[in-house]
Amino acid sequence: MKETTIRDALREALREEMNRDKTVFLLGEDIGRYWGGAFGVTKGLAEEFGDERVRDTPISESAIIGVGVGAAITGLRPVAEIMFGDLSALAMDQICNQAAKIRYMFGEQVKAPLVIRTPFGAGVNIASHHSQSLEAWFMHTPGLYVAVPSTPYDAKGLLKTAIRGDNPVFFVEHKLLYPVKGMIPEEDYTVPYGVADVKREGTDVTIFATLYMVHRALAAAEKLKKDGVSAEVVDPRTLSPLDKQAIVKSVKKTGRIVIVTEDCKTAGVSAEIAAVVAEEALDYLDAPIKRVAEPDTPIPFSPPLEQFVIPNENSIVKAVKEIV
Amino acid sequence: MPLEKEKLIEMYRRMLEIRYFEEKVFELYGQNLVPGTIHLYVGEEAVAVGVCANLRPDDYITSTHRGHGHCIAKGADLGKVMAEILGKKTGYCKGKGGSMHIADFSKGMLGATAVVGAGIPIAAGAGLSIKLRGTDQVVACFFGEGASNQGTFHEGVNMAAVWRLPVVFVCENNLYAMGTRQNLVMAIENIADRAVAYGIPSITVDGNDILAVYEAAAEAVNRARQGGGPTLIECKTYRQKGHSRFDPAAYRPKNEVEEWLKKDPIPRFKAKLIDMGVLTAEEDENLRQKAAATVEEAVKFAMESPFPKSEEALEDVYVEEESASNR
Repeated sequence: MKETTIRDALREALREEMNRDKTVFLLGEDIGRYWGGAFGVTKGLAEEFGDERVRDTPISESAIIGVGVGAAITGLRPVAEIMFGDLSALAMDQICNQAAKIRYMFGEQVKAPLVIRTPFGAGVNIASHHSQSLEAWFMHTPGLYVAVPSTPYDAKGLLKTAIRGDNPVFFVEHKLLYPVKGMIPEEDYTVPYGVADVKREGTDVTIFATLYMVHRALAAAEKLKKDGVSAEVVDPRTLSPLDKQAIVKSVKKTGRIVIVTEDCKTAGVSAEIAAVVAEEALDYLDAPIKRVAEPDTPIPFSPPLEQFVIPNENSIVKAVKEIV
Repeated sequence: MPLEKEKLIEMYRRMLEIRYFEEKVFELYGQNLVPGTIHLYVGEEAVAVGVCANLRPDDYITSTHRGHGHCIAKGADLGKVMAEILGKKTGYCKGKGGSMHIADFSKGMLGATAVVGAGIPIAAGAGLSIKLRGTDQVVACFFGEGASNQGTFHEGVNMAAVWRLPVVFVCENNLYAMGTRQNLVMAIENIADRAVAYGIPSITVDGNDILAVYEAAAEAVNRARQGGGPTLIECKTYRQKGHSRFDPAAYRPKNEVEEWLKKDPIPRFKAKLIDMGVLTAEEDENLRQKAAATVEEAVKFAMESPFPKSEEALEDVYVEEESASNR
């Protein structure tokens, strides 16, 4: 095992898969030799693999994904980067109407092994167009897989699975997580889709959390421990497919669930998880389902405003205490 | 480069097949046998056939909601196209796509997208794939003049241009985007003018003259195959029917329709072939009977085919992967 950051783990996954399979190539805005990606994930890869396979594109999100789709259905494995997740809105047709549906619509004649990497998340004061968490849009689109890694281990393993797999994957990175460190194996490994990971075992309450919120949930669990509350933290790792079994299993054990996500509350990821619990585990609940999510506002700029809307340890602890 | 008789007759035969096929679809629609809607290619046959006559079986095309003609021109099986239009299990897409989403990947037909302009970047992506794989295939990308107002046109053509991708952009300018006449939404007359903005060659041709389309496409395909990058070909044409279903197309002046009917690409090509001495009236009659028979056969196959089982709606959303992690 070795210690690494999520940023480096993602780069390792890209490098190893590009070495393993000549059909893998990268495209996106400023991912090449001058910037190496706005968040540095692809730094050094253009020098290593050349400008053809690490391809800087015009500022054309729709065509970045469209070109990815065209390449994916004709034998290649493109990994497209959208510089900020918010900008995926510019490519919604290509992501949701083309990439996601192309296999179904054409009666399984073709595979579209396209990976779309993009960072979501607030907390760095870059306001409404660079801070959103829009996972629910893509979770709501049949035909896409959605990955939401929270650790270097999961990030590298899930990205490798995405590149090797034959389905289009919307791969969410969280911009605050890039420097976060963790242990990963020296040798090749992958992480399966649709298999949640219990990041902390507990008995009194289940805290379901994704991406950066996993880390806040773990910090909250540590605080709760001091107050005699044993919290279990469940990280789904992928939202599509969703490991419903793991959620139900944890709720059966604890009888309580607090769902923590960084997207806004209405019709968000937390709403879907609450529905799963209500449909499949209601009888095991000893208290109402609680959700901790962002209020239904755009992400504001000014630090006190922004910090107010992002769920934190205190809001998670407060929600837990309301039901234990 | 003079075309051989065999090639000319083959092109004529394809045009007849498309025409008869579309007329049959219209007839079946009138009998309530076609679910949903239809967008017929009647009147535009010279474009698809003139372009595809330059393509190899391993070349690609992308298509639109008005795509039956593109499929047939690229060599698709008429029975499987008709079965798809009727929603049958034996259709190209097992009844999941319908008239607006026909694909035949075995023939390089990368599928029809019903989002106007969405196929343009996808075609560029197929072009990039060709370039990265190092083959000498070519992509022909069909779209209407209305699609050239979409951002995807600008983004896709620009990318193909800057990367010199082997794509031939074929604009079927039939003057109307649904019911909106071109001059209401564009300050230019020729879509080909837009190529200047991307630094690629372009040409405007009479899209109802198959030999003009063929020649323009031959040059563009050749350029693409030799690594010379993309070309924009604008084919001025006209749809003889309405936009969809029973659209009476009342927004079109009567004299305009009459003028274009006089320019119907099939009688024009026939006259030309007779003039060139490669077709006789008797041979024409034979070809027509054969085309009609082929279409009848396709209809029979489609009509006799079963509908898919309802539960099949749940299949094919994802590629089944035993364990993606163990691949």
